[in-house]
Amino acid sequence: MASVNAAAAPRPTRPPPWRDPAVRAIAIQVLFVAAVAGLIAFLAYNTFANLRRQNIATGFGFLEREAAFGIGESVIAYSPADSYARAFLVGLTNTLYVAAIGVVLATILGTVMGLARLSSNWLVAKLALVYVETFRNIPLALQLLFWWGLLREGAPAPRQAWQPLPGVFVSNRGILFPVPQEDPVHFWMLLAVVFGIFATVAVRRWARRRQEASGRQFPTGWVGLGLVLGLPLAAFAAGGAPHSLDWPQLKGFNFAGGVAISPEFTALLLGLVIYTGSFIAEIVRAGILSVNWGQSEAAMALGLKSGQRMRLVVLPQALRVIVPPMTSEYLSLTKNSSLAVIIGFPDLVSIANTTINQTGQAVEGIAMIMLVYLVISLLISLAMNLYNRSVALVER
Amino acid sequence: MADLAHDIPLPAQRPPAVSTGVLGWLRANLFNSAFNTILTLIAVYFLVVTIPPAVRWTLIDAIWNAPNGQACRAAAGQEGGACWAFVAEKLRFILFGRFPYAEHWRPLFVVVIFIGVILASCDRRLWGARLVLLWLAALAVNGVLMWGGVLGMTYVDTSLWSGLPLTLILAVVGMVFAFPFAILLALGRRSQLPAVRMISVAYIELVRGVPLITVLFMASVMLPLFLPTGFTIDKLLRAQVAFILFAAAYLAEVVRGGLQAIPKGQIEAADSLGLGYWRTTRLIVLPQALAVVIPPLVNNFIGAFKNTSLVIIIGLFDLLGTANAALTDAAWQGFATEAYVVTAAVYFCFCFFMSRYSEMLERAFSSGRRH
Repeated sequence: MASVNAAAAPRPTRPPPWRDPAVRAIAIQVLFVAAVAGLIAFLAYNTFANLRRQNIATGFGFLEREAAFGIGESVIAYSPADSYARAFLVGLTNTLYVAAIGVVLATILGTVMGLARLSSNWLVAKLALVYVETFRNIPLALQLLFWWGLLREGAPAPRQAWQPLPGVFVSNRGILFPVPQEDPVHFWMLLAVVFGIFATVAVRRWARRRQEASGRQFPTGWVGLGLVLGLPLAAFAAGGAPHSLDWPQLKGFNFAGGVAISPEFTALLLGLVIYTGSFIAEIVRAGILSVNWGQSEAAMALGLKSGQRMRLVVLPQALRVIVPPMTSEYLSLTKNSSLAVIIGFPDLVSIANTTINQTGQAVEGIAMIMLVYLVISLLISLAMNLYNRSVALVER
Repeated sequence: MADLAHDIPLPAQRPPAVSTGVLGWLRANLFNSAFNTILTLIAVYFLVVTIPPAVRWTLIDAIWNAPNGQACRAAAGQEGGACWAFVAEKLRFILFGRFPYAEHWRPLFVVVIFIGVILASCDRRLWGARLVLLWLAALAVNGVLMWGGVLGMTYVDTSLWSGLPLTLILAVVGMVFAFPFAILLALGRRSQLPAVRMISVAYIELVRGVPLITVLFMASVMLPLFLPTGFTIDKLLRAQVAFILFAAAYLAEVVRGGLQAIPKGQIEAADSLGLGYWRTTRLIVLPQALAVVIPPLVNNFIGAFKNTSLVIIIGLFDLLGTANAALTDAAWQGFATEAYVVTAAVYFCFCFFMSRYSEMLERAFSSGRRH
């Protein structure tokens, strides 16, 4: 049968193997993978040979050993007697801490400045323009050093500290402010805030369902504010309103008591927020400009007030444009927090650097930093992609 | 009959004084609502609080000449102005760093050549193969000027290269070498071959997921370990390699954006003409893809230029590094603000010019495509 067909119609001749696309694809891939694997093997072989020659230990055993270096500030408890693993954890929490606060503040500053650039007020728009153009065009490392230098050189010694508000001191040792003395009622207040947030979400759902069914609106915003702020206040009052504060006081050459924010942390946060804020401002501006003016006109024709127009018509559409580039700004803020090493804030990179200098185990140290940043980057992308899905245009 | 007076137009009335001229402009742009009036007042208050002290610090109370730091501080007073005498004293060090003092004309020429070539590249009429040749020639001339050792110029080791020329070299050489690598990576990411695609994606995402500092650390600490025993590689080259590897991943994503903008019909047409993969890529795809991505490429270059300031972490003295080093002089203590303001001004000039240029290109390109 087959031979009859082959005789009737001339069989398409198979090209020789070096012209056959399928064969070539496999050959190219095999060669490519072999080249990359060979390069990696070559580098790994050299690395092991060099490490053996320099008598540097390999493996992660050093993490168990005592770190024996101090860390200026940490979110979690730490002493030089703790292990390297603990020191890494301190660095990681410091990085996450500054990045989390930075992302929130940069979003607020960027949004305000982005809106200001679109303001009908000439002066405000121009001031926002100057802000964006200035801070976007100066390297972050320079800005960090500038703020740090200003805080250390420009600010007075603790004895002559500025006191912008009673109890708040600004000196070259950082910013100090009073905190409430610890009291069990704080725990209940925190619980009340969490409960208030959940209650607000529930109220919002109910209000939306009622509006869809009956068209009647409900002041969700005010009620939510009352729940989130009012419940903790009620808890505070119920707990007997313990309002004694822990005031910072000058003892000898430095302060005691209160809570101190170091110049390093202040400079890092200031630099990250101002720098990233200037990029976010442009993203917000572009997002709002991307919404067709006709949408605003239609909203006005329907009789929406300017706040409602922004909240119900412009912003939901602008967010679709804003969210994806915002994700990369959050990522770059987190990655840029590693510049802390320049001004001596003990973030992950700075602690890993100290560890590498002490143990000589560069490969492990750098592998750990890279892994941590990759995981952080992936988590932020994941979270923002989930959010993006919720604001994205739903088509048929 | 109709009253004739009806047909005689009345003389045009002048608009109310408050809606024209300066007053009208103020009303329309600053005080057109209660909210805007409050904003204007806040902004004016902010300007009143910040501008006069800033002007006093920079110009009025500033000291322009002083033999040393203490004299300058004394002349400026406790709450006094800037001490520009410090910058005047250190300007050559900040710009050219540790390059031999008598040979400073060489890095000066390097800076001038770089700026000249960058300006020439901004002219769209010159875009083409000749511009590539111009760049290669400029790089060669600059290399000779920096290294020396020929034409009667003394040899200068790379460890002495510093200041603005180093910043420009890191940025320009980094981008020039990263670009071809980035094109290959972008093509690899869009390849039909799964193994090639996966390795390209892994490289791009790995590098984009970590901060530049870690790549610089890796280059400065691990590159010596990667190489065979007895093989050394100098510090500048290590930083340069790190820059190229880092910038390539970001550029690859920009180029990919351009590749995705090419309609499939273009490639199918090339296939039907019998062009193979490389000729399709070289003659059909890349010329169109690269033209689309020029504005984002300029933005990327601005980023790379700013990122060069990170090399101070591995002990190189770029513009920021020399400014920092100038602060350690015992005779001139405590002038960080002055040094950073001047350095920031230099970075700002470069970046602001480039960002304006990229905005101009974006406008030109989008108006070209609309028709």
